[in-house]
Amino acid sequence: MVVLDYGSGNLRSAERALDRAGADVSVTADLDQARECDGLVVPGVGAFAACMEGIRAVGGDEVVRERVEAGRPVLGICVGMQVLFDRGDEHGVVTDGIGVLPGRVVRLHARILPHMGWNTVRPPSGSTLFAGVENERFYFVHSYAIAPGGKGETVTEHGNPFVSAVERGVVAATQFHPEKSGAAGLKLLGNWLRSLS
Amino acid sequence: MTVAVRVIPCLDVDAGRVVKGVNFRDLRDAGDPVEMAAVYDAEGADELVFLDITASSESRETTYDVVRRTAEQVFIPLTVGGGVRSVDDVDRLLRAGADKVSLNTAAIERPDLLREAAHRFGSQCIVLSVDARRAPCPTGQTEDTWSGFEVTTHGGRRGTGMDAVLWASQGQELGVGEILLNAMDADGTRDGYDLEVITAVRAVVSVPVIASGGAGALDHFAPAVAAGADAVLAASVFHFGDLRIPEVKAQLRSAGYEIR
Repeated sequence: MVVLDYGSGNLRSAERALDRAGADVSVTADLDQARECDGLVVPGVGAFAACMEGIRAVGGDEVVRERVEAGRPVLGICVGMQVLFDRGDEHGVVTDGIGVLPGRVVRLHARILPHMGWNTVRPPSGSTLFAGVENERFYFVHSYAIAPGGKGETVTEHGNPFVSAVERGVVAATQFHPEKSGAAGLKLLGNWLRSLS
Repeated sequence: MTVAVRVIPCLDVDAGRVVKGVNFRDLRDAGDPVEMAAVYDAEGADELVFLDITASSESRETTYDVVRRTAEQVFIPLTVGGGVRSVDDVDRLLRAGADKVSLNTAAIERPDLLREAAHRFGSQCIVLSVDARRAPCPTGQTEDTWSGFEVTTHGGRRGTGMDAVLWASQGQELGVGEILLNAMDADGTRDGYDLEVITAVRAVVSVPVIASGGAGALDHFAPAVAAGADAVLAASVFHFGDLRIPEVKAQLRSAGYEIR
């Protein structure tokens, strides 16, 4: 596994959790490794625009598109999920995403934001990621999200329903942080790792 | 489907060691924050807070090591606060493995620190810690708008003349993603959370509020949530084993709140 290193904050957490889930993982910005690995993890915290800037600066956007086209798995986490979509709209700033998933990231409508803490999920039937953890809670921290409506989506509500995970072909992504979601998160990462082999 | 009320144990850490006695059985080293963190994780803690009370700057190096070792073993969110002076301090703690960093005195001295930290790292990882104490309206403040709560420093001993409720809302405007609200009148009393200050802060902020100070019995937690807290923090009642996290959660559930 490769965790794409583009200067985002939670790289080590993702690395440690994947390691604990049984992966052979390296954190790198090396594009050859990012291209060739069995599974590429795109982490991300903070602002959509800043994450996209970082990803573009290391050439990660192109690598993600190449991998998806070639049928090689990618896992996006938190803002690393959001950037897989067409575009993000934060504070009125519209930024193009990597665009391997259709849709737009918009602000949640809720009384309390950020949506911070442990929430439930409604995965689609036959979900690989959530096998055995369908009824667990996962740790979220975000104010922006994608509105539901596509295939392979897991939905959560905070104010309004939003996409809390995606499983579409080789693309998997979670709005929550599996690496911070205790045993349930490690199980989910293990499910993803097993789906690669 | 609602986000669960978070139950958060807080560890006071001095030069890499947990302060205050701990009487959990089965601990090899009750003073080791890493081991304590693992115990709380296993008990169902939703997050952990480390409050670094280390005085000397040399000893602060051990804090980074403790954060690093904790993050290697515990896969729930970790907030670290205490003595954080600059954006660089925040950076170092996040790199060591903290998920959120709480700022207190340095932000009082220079509020723009909150804006800078939130801009650089994102609101989601910047927490404003407010030590609030009941106080009459200081001279220079308007009686009509004074909330009745003053921001304090030095563990509640020193007043700042700032309105604590107003400061919480300013913190939100400056970009913090959460308020850690320490009620200094209630702190250490074990008489229950200060519901008035929670209500007052909840009324002016839309970011999550962690209630802190005063927890002493199982039935203290639900009223704090009813007053508007999104999370409840306690230190000594957990360390001394007087209350266990699962029973706090059971009590919250029986009061009708969702818990993990």
